Amino acid sequence: MFPLTVRELRWAAGGRQVLDGLSVDLGGEGITILLGPNGAGKSVFLRMLCGLLEADGGSIDWGTGARPARGIAMVFQQPRMLRDSLLGNVELALRPLGVPAAERRARAQAVLERVGLAGRAADSARGLSGGERQRLALARAWITRPRLLLLDEPTASLDPGSVDAIERIVREIRTEGTRILMTTHNLGQATRLADDVVFIDAGRVCEHAPVQRFFARPASQAARLYIQGELPWRMAF
Amino acid sequence: MNGLGLAFSDAFALLAGFDRRVAEIVLLSLQVSGLAVLFGTVLGLPLGACLGVGRFPGRQALVVLLNGCMGLPSVVVGVVVYLALSRSGPLGKFGLLYSPAAMVIAQTLLVVPLMAAIARQVVEDAWRDYEEELTAMGFGWADSVRVLLHDCRHSLLVAVLAGLGRAMSEVGAVMIVGGNIEHSTRTMTTAIALETSKGDLPLAVALGLVLLAVILLLNGIAHALRQWAMRRYA
Repeated sequence: MFPLTVRELRWAAGGRQVLDGLSVDLGGEGITILLGPNGAGKSVFLRMLCGLLEADGGSIDWGTGARPARGIAMVFQQPRMLRDSLLGNVELALRPLGVPAAERRARAQAVLERVGLAGRAADSARGLSGGERQRLALARAWITRPRLLLLDEPTASLDPGSVDAIERIVREIRTEGTRILMTTHNLGQATRLADDVVFIDAGRVCEHAPVQRFFARPASQAARLYIQGELPWRMAF
Repeated sequence: MNGLGLAFSDAFALLAGFDRRVAEIVLLSLQVSGLAVLFGTVLGLPLGACLGVGRFPGRQALVVLLNGCMGLPSVVVGVVVYLALSRSGPLGKFGLLYSPAAMVIAQTLLVVPLMAAIARQVVEDAWRDYEEELTAMGFGWADSVRVLLHDCRHSLLVAVLAGLGRAMSEVGAVMIVGGNIEHSTRTMTTAIALETSKGDLPLAVALGLVLLAVILLLNGIAHALRQWAMRRYA
């Protein structure tokens, strides 16, 4: 895994400081869950790690100098699927890697098997349910064998069965040595999946702790209130 | 029977009898417009897609220019191509003036901006949806253009149809660069204009009916294809 040391990351949009000096060490292994209220900067942070956004200031140390060109994959909260079959959508992720067509197809078939969608490989990806679509998005990321997998609320708006399926896939991806950073608002999911938790509020890291300690003895007031379901961030309206 | 009724009945007789003149003109029209649309597809769709995805200085100006060229007057294009292909023009040595090739060139110039402008809009809308996914997967802009052209293929049929409609109904440019020469460069539209001015209404009506039928048929096929694609790809 990359050392991944983030220092004083800053990013503003629309006159609002979304990331305000975010610093965290994310080297190591396993699954790190990013928790925090809406607008805290979690998704922006993931996009920055993925190379989709440029920071206004601060640094991300990947250990190799520049951001690695390969080995990072991201699954979005609302993944977009091409007007193609499931197989075609999964194969797509291997095209920029220069994988030959025959190998692409074989690997796509294999990964669809692992996410339980092999029986629908020839179906249109646009006809999938929300849960199936997220499994397909995970397959599309998994097929590239990423060293770092970024998951932006992959189970938002899914039913419990779909959430369970996604969590099983995430755990399986982890067993292959992939480092996973994931955002969620589901505290139960965080306790089930996380090795450690990073709590972000107002664009800063308030706390970074192993999962049991985070939920048993949150060190920051913001995290304590968040866990208790009290929302000091609630907007007045 | 009045004059209009007579013209129509004679026109149907011409069509039913597979009149050679009609067949020759229809065939040439289809060849010229078909080739123009083919070139328009090869040039215009990628050009539009590049403008839809690419972000570079001067892009907005190019988009405005392209949109402006959608309404390019065909006679202006005809004059420009005429000047380019005439004996003293830069392409005069090829001897293309008053040939079907000259008509294809003129029609291609007319349909490329139209098809590119429609493709630009279609692909740009798709790019808004896919930009993050494709960029996260490591696609560069050129590969993204390829992916989106394929993904939007059914929507881009509209651009092809619009190009075909423009090419087939166009009369000014092909008249200028083709010369409307019988058995050589006479298309449906130029023949309709000529025969109407001569008072030979049955032939003009017959060609008009074929023109309408061809356009309706192609639109029908395109519509059926889109319906199939919507069912297939949800």
